Amino acid sequence: MIFSLAVYSAPYSSQASYSAYQFALALLNQGHSLHRIFFYQDGVHNATNLAAPPQDEFNLQQSWQALAKQHNLDLVVCIAAGLRRGILDSGEANRYDKHSHNIAEEFTISGLGQLIEATVASDRLISFGN
Amino acid sequence: MQKKILLISRRAPYGNSTAREALDTALAASVYDQDISVLFMDDGVFQLLKNQHSQLIDQKNIASTIPALPLYGIENIYVHQNSMDERAISIEELVLDEIKMLNDDDVKHLLNQQDHLLSF
Repeated sequence: MIFSLAVYSAPYSSQASYSAYQFALALLNQGHSLHRIFFYQDGVHNATNLAAPPQDEFNLQQSWQALAKQHNLDLVVCIAAGLRRGILDSGEANRYDKHSHNIAEEFTISGLGQLIEATVASDRLISFGN
Repeated sequence: MQKKILLISRRAPYGNSTAREALDTALAASVYDQDISVLFMDDGVFQLLKNQHSQLIDQKNIASTIPALPLYGIENIYVHQNSMDERAISIEELVLDEIKMLNDDDVKHLLNQQDHLLSF
């Protein structure tokens, strides 16, 4: 079965994105395919490369990156939601004249249409958070 | 293949960004040539009220965007009657004229028809 996931809540504040990560692991382990993980609303904070949780805590941002690398996943951050919350790639940082950017490797910034495209292309869309 | 997608908006218009971001999702969905419907229920019915003065709290007026939905090709806009009744809101107070009222059974039927639900 083809799945896509939508993540709507920030890491740490909410369990939702940790549940999304575990759901992604479980479905991949069972041999399903994962078309896309779309990060929207406060879920865009999953994509920052500036989070520095204590060493004895699970690092979700790094775990997303490792999972994406291993399974060649499409991790997409909504551009409008990201810009409003200060999640930028180098292109957007240039466009808005910001001195730095913070999107982690393996994540890409794209439009909200990618959530709809993922819905259309998948048998199941599973939402996490909010 | 065209899919039936229902966006359910259940949050009040202000206080957090969910209602606004749900509406953005509906507008984005409209360009994908799918069968899109929108259902307002629970506190989501407050989004439809006329005379919102959101500029007083430095927010954009969500009720000014909602009438754009039909212009974007989203004709199927539904409201949950019980949510309206519980909040003492009548249909005359809403920004949309062409809105379909659904009771609990209608909502159940609508949900069962869909391929995907996007709940906000």
